[in-house]
Amino acid sequence: MNDLFSLVDWSRAQFALTAMYHWLFVPLTIGLSLIVAIMETIYVRTGDQRWKNITRFWMTLFGINFAIGVATGIILEFEFGTNWSNYSWFVGDIFGAPLAIEGILAFFMEATFVAVMFFGWNKVSRGFHLASTWLVALGVSLSALWILIANAWMQNPVGMQFDPEQMRNVMDDFTAVAFNAVSMHKFFHAVSSGWTLAGVFVMGISAWLMWRKRNVDMARQSFKIGAWAGLIGLIVTLYTGDGSAVQVARVQPMKLAAMEGLYRGNVGQEIVAFGILNPDKKPGDSLPAYDLKVGIPYGLSILANHKMHSFVPGIDDLIDGVTLTPEGDTINTVSYAERIERGRQAREALGRFHAANAAGDTAAMQAARADITEDYKYFGYGFLDKPVDAVPPVAITFYAFHIMVLLGGFLFLYCLLGIYVSKWKRGWFEKPWLQWLGMLSLPLVWICSQAGWVVCEVGRQPWTIQDILPTRGAISDISTGSVQLTFWLFAALFTLLLVAEISIMCRYISRASKTDIENNNNI
Amino acid sequence: MTELQILQAYWWLLIAVLGAALVFMLFVQGGQSMLVCSWTEQQRQLMVNSLGRKWELTFTTLVVFGGAFFASFPLYYSISFGGAYWLWMLILFSFVIQAVSYEFRRKRGNLYGTSTYDAFLLINGVVGCVLLGVAVAMMFFGGYFDVARTDILNPGSPVISRWADTHGLELIGHWQYLLLGVAVFFLARTQACLYFINNINSGDPTFTARLRRKTLLNGIIFAVLFVAFAVVLLTADGMRADARGVIRVEPYLYLHNLLHMWWLGIIFVIGVVMVLGGIAVGAFTASRGGIWLSGIGTVLVVVVLLAIAGYDNTAYLPSLTNPQSSLTLANSSSSLFTLKTMSWVSILVPFVIGYIWYVWRKMNAGGLTNQDIEGHSY
Repeated sequence: MNDLFSLVDWSRAQFALTAMYHWLFVPLTIGLSLIVAIMETIYVRTGDQRWKNITRFWMTLFGINFAIGVATGIILEFEFGTNWSNYSWFVGDIFGAPLAIEGILAFFMEATFVAVMFFGWNKVSRGFHLASTWLVALGVSLSALWILIANAWMQNPVGMQFDPEQMRNVMDDFTAVAFNAVSMHKFFHAVSSGWTLAGVFVMGISAWLMWRKRNVDMARQSFKIGAWAGLIGLIVTLYTGDGSAVQVARVQPMKLAAMEGLYRGNVGQEIVAFGILNPDKKPGDSLPAYDLKVGIPYGLSILANHKMHSFVPGIDDLIDGVTLTPEGDTINTVSYAERIERGRQAREALGRFHAANAAGDTAAMQAARADITEDYKYFGYGFLDKPVDAVPPVAITFYAFHIMVLLGGFLFLYCLLGIYVSKWKRGWFEKPWLQWLGMLSLPLVWICSQAGWVVCEVGRQPWTIQDILPTRGAISDISTGSVQLTFWLFAALFTLLLVAEISIMCRYISRASKTDIENNNNI
Repeated sequence: MTELQILQAYWWLLIAVLGAALVFMLFVQGGQSMLVCSWTEQQRQLMVNSLGRKWELTFTTLVVFGGAFFASFPLYYSISFGGAYWLWMLILFSFVIQAVSYEFRRKRGNLYGTSTYDAFLLINGVVGCVLLGVAVAMMFFGGYFDVARTDILNPGSPVISRWADTHGLELIGHWQYLLLGVAVFFLARTQACLYFINNINSGDPTFTARLRRKTLLNGIIFAVLFVAFAVVLLTADGMRADARGVIRVEPYLYLHNLLHMWWLGIIFVIGVVMVLGGIAVGAFTASRGGIWLSGIGTVLVVVVLLAIAGYDNTAYLPSLTNPQSSLTLANSSSSLFTLKTMSWVSILVPFVIGYIWYVWRKMNAGGLTNQDIEGHSY
């Protein structure tokens, strides 16, 4: 284990790579399944064959994306075992349950009904086919629900207790694990962002069709549905994003500080609307945090606590220990140096517990158990060498957060504009600037979506489970070379498949656009 | 039995049923391995599309099998996947390339050509079956690992389990493990033939006749390999925990289990007879139903095999390095609370099986015809 840190870094890199690739396809699957279901509903309600053909056009794109989403997803589940085997044992009693439920409730539903969706047009009734399409959309969202519950638990480990005899954590409250505020905000935030991504995707393809003056009527109708899906998604995303920020302030204040590049917090803390970080800034020094910033007064206090004059701690405040009492918030004021010390004490007490257990010394076991319970909430800090090890990469978290917010704001205005044009200014559909805006928004919505996950996951570092287990304690006993090899294999394979997917989609859209999609029964 | 022991046994049964369903559904992989034979283009298209309507179910069964193992026996998940790293990675790679291949293979703009995606299907067909068989064999013949939970107290080297440096490759190169892997491969091919006979309605009697001949050929090879595996297994040493949890090596353990739990022995014999009966029906009669006889038989046999691997304090993942590190249901399961919670969820499993069965019947009604692959097809 001499190469522990290198192994940790490569294991993290592999998980990040596979998760980011997977998240390229998942939000489109989530959103497009809903849009396709809406379009098919219009077909079934009106009996208009044109809507059936429109549905099949978008459904084909859904199918291409769905396949590669499935391909990239299988790795993630098994990576918890292959690359994070300590994690799998240490919290498997809690973390495994949502994954199993996801499989039983969601994956089988998707796998069963997606076959009906694609191959059942002439095999089942219209109503059964529509139900199948909706069940695929439901299955996709159910899948997201359970995996996001699992992810949220890593950010906010609740509903469990540590069992020193088994040296692992065990679940004691399933409801707390599954349906806490963090998980619910995370679920709706991620799923609604998928609606937005798919809405902007539909608008982008429709804009291209209008630019090429092909299937313009269909493009306008699809553009309108995409704009509504995008806007509704964004409204929910904004609301749940606000709720997520409040939860982050409570359970991961260090992540919030990193998101803002905030080292020393204040009462009535401003939020950085735009900023450039000072690259030389380190925790604990006196250098300015920003080279440039544009702030909004009281913004961060309002975002974090919904109170104008509340205190928001910065990175140095948290490391040193907060002495101010924040209004309405519970922020742990224990310094990180003390947390590390108490984490080590918990570990030492656990060692004593085992020695006493082996010797059959019940009294010593009870004493050690009490000590473990006292300090267990800082158990993970015992793995760290120094307080700054608990600070996530600030620059990545900061820029990802601000890119997400800025692009989210742009997309909100864009979807609003899309609805306005669809309803009141249809002549603008012919304007090249609107068409180009639609096409250029395509990469932006993916950047926004990826940035959101970067904030969530990079901001959680160095923890796999907040405060309980850092990445360096969660790994498998494999060689760095093995992980490097699988990293590059995944990188090459997923890149080749991504390029193929984009190529297939472009070719299909181009070919289909040269036909009359609405009246092409073989689309 | 305590409540915890009952739930451990219940969850092992669910794992066994899922594992058995996975082995049955591997007919998709078996079929993929047969696509390279000299079929006409129309026949190949029918075969690909027949499998293409089912590949996701196999894939999902594998994923749920993994998820259920994680939830109910997390120590297995931790040690097996983290230890036999290369074995599992090769399996996963083969399933990744399968997942895109059906959708991409004939799409314009797929960049690498249909033959590349067909090669992916072939790789998954061979590697997926053989290596999953090797992974199951690991449950009987063990792996080279050691477990020390107290290692988590060592911040410099906190991993609680260690495996041989070859990380699973040593299992792939061992004949005992490969024997089951190759047997699974030929079982999958046999069942693929039976599935094609059942599902494809080509109107071409020579195609069906050829499938029947292939059923017989693959079925005979499978039967020989399976008998060899059964002899090796029933004469092999196993490991069992005593009342204090001390694990000891026991000669003929799996034979003892089969005799001791005699009802499993009866089910095993019934299962074997059904598989052979299914092969005979497929090879020698005009019936299309051989897949069901063989499929149900396969499920019964695999459930029994996994049952004797885990029940009666048997170590279902024996450690060849340190027997005391071997995994039993008792020392590797989730807590009582988690097993109980998950058991409530498992009430939904019959409902899931019900809608899968309903949709399967609907979609397979009338079989797959040439007309069916004129629309959206692979």
